[in-house]
Amino acid sequence: MSTANAAVHAAHPGHLDTSTGLDSRKMAFWTFIGSECLLFGSLIATYLANKGKSTVGPYPHEMVVDGKHVEGILNIPLTSFSTFILLMSSVAMVLALNYTQRGIRSKATLWLFLTAFGGSIFLGCQVYEFTHFWHEGLTLQTNLFGSTFYLLTGFHGAHVTVGVIYLLTLTTLSARGRIGPEKALNVEIAGLYWHFVDVIWIVIFPLVYLIK
Amino acid sequence: MASTATVAAPHPAAVPATETGIWSWITTVDHKRIGILYGVTSIFFFLVGGLEALLIRTQLIRPENKFLSADVFNQMFTMHALTMIFLALMPLTAAFFNYMVPLQIGARDVAFPRLNALSYWIYLFGGIYLLASSILKIAPNVGWYAYAPLTERPYNPGPNVDFYVLGLQIVGLSSIIASLNFIITIINLRAPGMRLMRMPLFTWMVLITNVLIVTALAVFTIAVTQLMFDRMFGTAFFDPARGSDPLIWQHIFWMFGHPEVYILIIPIFGIISEIIPTFSRKPLFGYNVMVFASILIGWLGWGVWSHHMFTVGLGPIADSFFALSTMLIAIPTGIKIFNWIGTMWGGAIRFTTAMLFAISFIAMFTVGGISGVMHSAAPADLQQNDTYFIVAHIHYVFFGGTVLGLFAGTYYWFPKVTGRLMSEKLGWAHFALTMVGMNLAFFPMHFLGLFGMPRRVFTYEYGLGFEGMNLLSTLGAYLIGVGTIVFVVNLVLSARRGALAGPNPWGAATLEWSIPSPPPVYNFREIPVVRSRMPLWEGDPARDGGIPHGRVEEETEQVTIAGTKIGEIHDPEEGENKMSTHDHGIHLPPPSYWPIVTAFGILLVFGALIFRNAEGALYNLWYLSLMGVGIVVVGIYSWAFEPGH
Repeated sequence: MSTANAAVHAAHPGHLDTSTGLDSRKMAFWTFIGSECLLFGSLIATYLANKGKSTVGPYPHEMVVDGKHVEGILNIPLTSFSTFILLMSSVAMVLALNYTQRGIRSKATLWLFLTAFGGSIFLGCQVYEFTHFWHEGLTLQTNLFGSTFYLLTGFHGAHVTVGVIYLLTLTTLSARGRIGPEKALNVEIAGLYWHFVDVIWIVIFPLVYLIK
Repeated sequence: MASTATVAAPHPAAVPATETGIWSWITTVDHKRIGILYGVTSIFFFLVGGLEALLIRTQLIRPENKFLSADVFNQMFTMHALTMIFLALMPLTAAFFNYMVPLQIGARDVAFPRLNALSYWIYLFGGIYLLASSILKIAPNVGWYAYAPLTERPYNPGPNVDFYVLGLQIVGLSSIIASLNFIITIINLRAPGMRLMRMPLFTWMVLITNVLIVTALAVFTIAVTQLMFDRMFGTAFFDPARGSDPLIWQHIFWMFGHPEVYILIIPIFGIISEIIPTFSRKPLFGYNVMVFASILIGWLGWGVWSHHMFTVGLGPIADSFFALSTMLIAIPTGIKIFNWIGTMWGGAIRFTTAMLFAISFIAMFTVGGISGVMHSAAPADLQQNDTYFIVAHIHYVFFGGTVLGLFAGTYYWFPKVTGRLMSEKLGWAHFALTMVGMNLAFFPMHFLGLFGMPRRVFTYEYGLGFEGMNLLSTLGAYLIGVGTIVFVVNLVLSARRGALAGPNPWGAATLEWSIPSPPPVYNFREIPVVRSRMPLWEGDPARDGGIPHGRVEEETEQVTIAGTKIGEIHDPEEGENKMSTHDHGIHLPPPSYWPIVTAFGILLVFGALIFRNAEGALYNLWYLSLMGVGIVVVGIYSWAFEPGH
């Protein structure tokens, strides 16, 4: 390990002075993401443990209750659309980082903004979904599905919200020329967070929406 | 308050004199000061937790006692556990992490100094918040495990459990933030040449503990969040009437709860592994095995949670699995015990107070470990569950393990922190009182448990045969109390009038002893280059000192180019050349008040929810939470754009 690092240092003078050669902030973010995995893991586990145990409707998927056919409440086409937008925003994030590293400020700013914009569309869909469900009679208190669904997706939505604010801050900074290539790490770390939020959604979407 | 203190390395005199005054402590980002703050605060909470224990024991001194009401008794045993676990022992280990880890790895500070301050202030506010509930006699009264559905609003309408869910969320956040910081510090800020397998064992144990904290406390955060939503917003997570499984809280809680006990004991393994080699004048026996055994303990700790739930009826397959996995943990733990004994074997042992505590730790912890293995047998546990036998077990591992280890660590590192030695005479008195006291207090509990006395009952009747043992136990608790007073007196007197220590009073081997006591603000004038596990026992002096097996490794590999300083926390945005070999300067981050502001915001976010009383919207001060969110946002932005960091 140390030999390898010595080689890294020799090859890249001006490399960061850390034991691993990695920036501490980046490593802290990875560790933070590790902790977040357990947070979301617990929420997902609780969702799964309570899946199908709701005593009253509305239910997530169509099912037969007392011989009657009950429609599921989840709107899969809409959420597929918002999922697609969220995943595409990760592509925008990659481009934003690329342009930041290459010092092309205008494009970096544009793609940062588009990433945040994609996140906002996702959030808009979620707000619409939540209001719609609320009108359909599904609240936090209604049943186990309501509790576990709102907490899990709401917790994820809160993460997306933080991410959008984070990205808009970076967009502003980038537009003012305060994120040059030498500060690309700031964008990279935001990217780590953003991709993580996406990856978690890739787990949540099939578990909650697609699997009956 | 200079914005950035950058001075040439070889001229420590140029570093601005240590600032004094309350403001300098509030805004400090120095890991040593934060360590001291952690230490003082957690010793305060240790005394509070001890007082709670004495109240409990006083109530139980004789049958049908009316010293405490049943409700206050419930609050006391709950708060005793919460105070000791979350406000005294975990933070006291964090005090050692803070102060010692950067010194042991040859760094000038932790990776994120302001984050370090933030975790302290969150802990302090959370601690005061929980303590306030005790003083107002509306403290959590449901045991530290707060089993839902019994803790749901209909069964516990008062604010008691609200303090539990909100207070522990605040304190848990502090632990997670602190742990992220320590993990990165240990992985990334080691001095040149300090490979992972050259780290002092204490630093290794801190790393393992903190990995457990960031994972286990995340699980706990979700558990208390769900309970909070149930109580505050009427969700159905733990409501069997709406279809929930009544056991689900227990599973989540113990999924956190069992790693938590390792979070409390693994740092102590590290402390003991520093003290025993030092006072035996021998390198630690089986260093590598110690490291791997601890990793194994941390790993297995995730697979044993249901041994807390043998009596709920999970069935023979689950019970067998968890019985076996629990028994497995005895193997790595046993390895450690034998390694410590092996270290002392043939060594030139000096019986200082620190060493006495360390040796008695081995004995007492083994007693606790043996009763632990007894619980792991599910059929036996069915008899022992919820009796005083369990109380005896946890006190032998927590008091005989964690507390004795922390005492040992305090005697050992006190001279490094204050520059003065603790009194050995008072230390001996403290040791004797503590040892007699703890065995008198906790050993009879084994018998009480086997006689059938249940835990958490506020009194017992005459003629059940519990009188004698309870009396002994209470007297033992008083002795521990006297011993602790001696300890505090020793701390205060020695800090002022103790004998001067010098840099290395014990002749220890690790890097923290290579610098003056107390260490200068910048820790190391020059960042050391490490060539072995025991840098101060290298070469001829070691051989002359007659240290057996004091062999120095031959390798000269270094993490960075020799002689360069890697301890500074460089902001890559400052555009300095990191690898400049000439004049690096000591970069000390300027003080900052944003950590305490942000911590206050976090207190408001959670703390204000206590006013969300189910009955009266009159007391619903939700806007305080929003204000808290606002303060946190302002804090984070000011933090991110603060100059000089």
